[in-house]
Amino acid sequence: MEPFRTLDGLVTLLDLPNVDTDQIIPKQFLKRIERTGFGQFLFYDWRFIDGTRPNPDFEMNADRYRGAGILVTRANFGCGSSREHAPWALLDYGFRCLIAPSFADIFYNNCFKNGILPIRLGEDQVETLFQRVRATPGFRLTIDLEKKTITAGDGLAFGFEVDEFRRLCLLNGLDDIGLTLQHEEKIRRYEASHTAA
Amino acid sequence: MTPHTMFEKIWEAHVVHEEPGQPSLIYIDRHLIHEVTSPQAFDGLRLAKRRVRRPELTFATMDHNVPTTARSLPIEDATSALQMDTLSRNCKEFGITLFDLASPEQGIVHVIGPELGLTLPGATLVCGDSHTSTHGAFGALAFGIGTSEVEHVLATQCLLQERPKTFLIEVAGARPYGVEAKDVILSIIGRIGTEGGTGSVIEYAGDAIRGLSMEERMTVCNMSIEGGARAGMIAPDEKTFAYLRGRSHAPKAFDAAVARWKTLPSDPGARFDRTLRIDARSLTPQVTWGTNPGQVVAIDGRVPNPAECADPNARKSAERALDYMGLQGGTPITEIAIDRVFIGSCTNSRIEDLRRVARFVKGRRVSPRVYAMVVPGSQRIKRKAEEEGLDRIFKAAGFDWRESGCSMCLGMNPDTLKPGERCASTSNRNFEGRQGKGGRTHLVSPLMAAAAAVEGRFVDIRQYELKEG
Ligand code: SF4
Repeated sequence: MEPFRTLDGLVTLLDLPNVDTDQIIPKQFLKRIERTGFGQFLFYDWRFIDGTRPNPDFEMNADRYRGAGILVTRANFGCGSSREHAPWALLDYGFRCLIAPSFADIFYNNCFKNGILPIRLGEDQVETLFQRVRATPGFRLTIDLEKKTITAGDGLAFGFEVDEFRRLCLLNGLDDIGLTLQHEEKIRRYEASHTAA
Repeated sequence: MTPHTMFEKIWEAHVVHEEPGQPSLIYIDRHLIHEVTSPQAFDGLRLAKRRVRRPELTFATMDHNVPTTARSLPIEDATSALQMDTLSRNCKEFGITLFDLASPEQGIVHVIGPELGLTLPGATLVCGDSHTSTHGAFGALAFGIGTSEVEHVLATQCLLQERPKTFLIEVAGARPYGVEAKDVILSIIGRIGTEGGTGSVIEYAGDAIRGLSMEERMTVCNMSIEGGARAGMIAPDEKTFAYLRGRSHAPKAFDAAVARWKTLPSDPGARFDRTLRIDARSLTPQVTWGTNPGQVVAIDGRVPNPAECADPNARKSAERALDYMGLQGGTPITEIAIDRVFIGSCTNSRIEDLRRVARFVKGRRVSPRVYAMVVPGSQRIKRKAEEEGLDRIFKAAGFDWRESGCSMCLGMNPDTLKPGERCASTSNRNFEGRQGKGGRTHLVSPLMAAAAAVEGRFVDIRQYELKEG
């Protein structure tokens, strides 16, 4: 996994609550057996008309948002299925940071496993970001995971909270499986004493 | 001794390693996999030259992609076929038991786990699928995981997990006439919202829950994830033990296991982080009107008017949902006409569901404006239904009778809605495009779906005299 320390990125918006993983990556694209190449299908039914023409009503399609690395959206982002194809698609499209008032559990967890930082902010702070981004073409944010801060050139500065263990894993690009295997001895002892349920 | 919740007892019994400031490393007793969320996990293992630590604790099935037409027909979709082949090859290479399309045990992963006795009280069970919460009906701690975690379980038989919060939902009193398990859980989600359970494990309790059969309990636990919860669980009791006795993978020393399982229920006075009490007598048959399972209303209600939403985000969400669903605020639910009926999915495709539907449709006909299908959850259920002659009742009434699989629950196989088609569905998700691009899904109980099939629109099941089975 790519370590995540700081990110300076263009910000784009998705102004909807309860965006489910079926929208992030529709089921017809789950048949691939690789982890890569999902970005082209991200938000497919919203981004495209008839699967080909970009939908001009989909905010993210505007030229000014091209190349965005940070997505600001509304509550309960990523609800629904456990498909890790959702973070794979977001990452492949170019997002390494997501900001919302809340995320669904499995999705939130899946993001960290793929080097994406999901940040929870208060509803008001998210609203502020929506307003600033819309008012300022080219609006960028700098995310500093070491300091746990979000800053913008216009003086905006927010702090954020993230679980310490997850933060260290992201900062160092640590692989969970490697970490767990350090406890091999304990796993073996557990297996020796544990009666299966 | 401090009283403990059932969740706490199971959790404590599975902690392998704990350190302050870190998630706990917990042991996983059972791991179920399917074709869609596992290929990349096996690739990861190969890449890192890792083996599967305990191949005998993982079981695989094919369900999401499988056609529900006759098994003798070739699979037309090459990418689906490749995904199924990949699962076969991976299971063979790593020594995992697979119930493939030719197996008499094939079925939806959350249907066959309990059927085979793989799902047991007090166990930790995971699967790369959010509806793993279903298995909590047996007093297991069961939750969905992503593909990276599937790989983690394969490699280590453990998972790093933050300890969730506990949420007790007590449904007190008797369930009224015509109110099914599906209505109980839809009502709960309507009340707590789609993120009401985020970060929590829900324990369902109270006499209305105790009174449910095992299959009905699975329906309730299945949709815990639709309320945002990590897992749902119900204390095991005599019904649980009777269901499991004699199942092929149930413990051989069954009575000893039962003695252990009897210690699992939450102790009197155990503390939960949050509790909610619901009076069962207030429950009614439910129909979703929007594009998430929390957008639900009673059958005798009306499609809500977004203008009456106080919260601006909720209003926007409702407007968008109505636009997608092609509905007007204020329309009585019983005036909504439907084109399709889907009876199936890991929520409602078990034998009791099929029996209830068959009892209702016997001697009735599917409306000429409706195409209706019944998709049994597993091959075992299909055989049982055919033994009982249910398939003949369905066919005589005008239903299509199919092979087992996820089918139109998510339409990864050829079973999908066409744009604009409106469906009464016994599945669990009414997201935009879930059952096919532009398709409009209303979630209902199997009885409500059956009645809608007959009338060609939603009807209140309570106006019929229901025969008891
Ligand atoms: S039936 Fe539907 S919800 Fe259940 S496992 Fe299959 S796709 Fe998922």
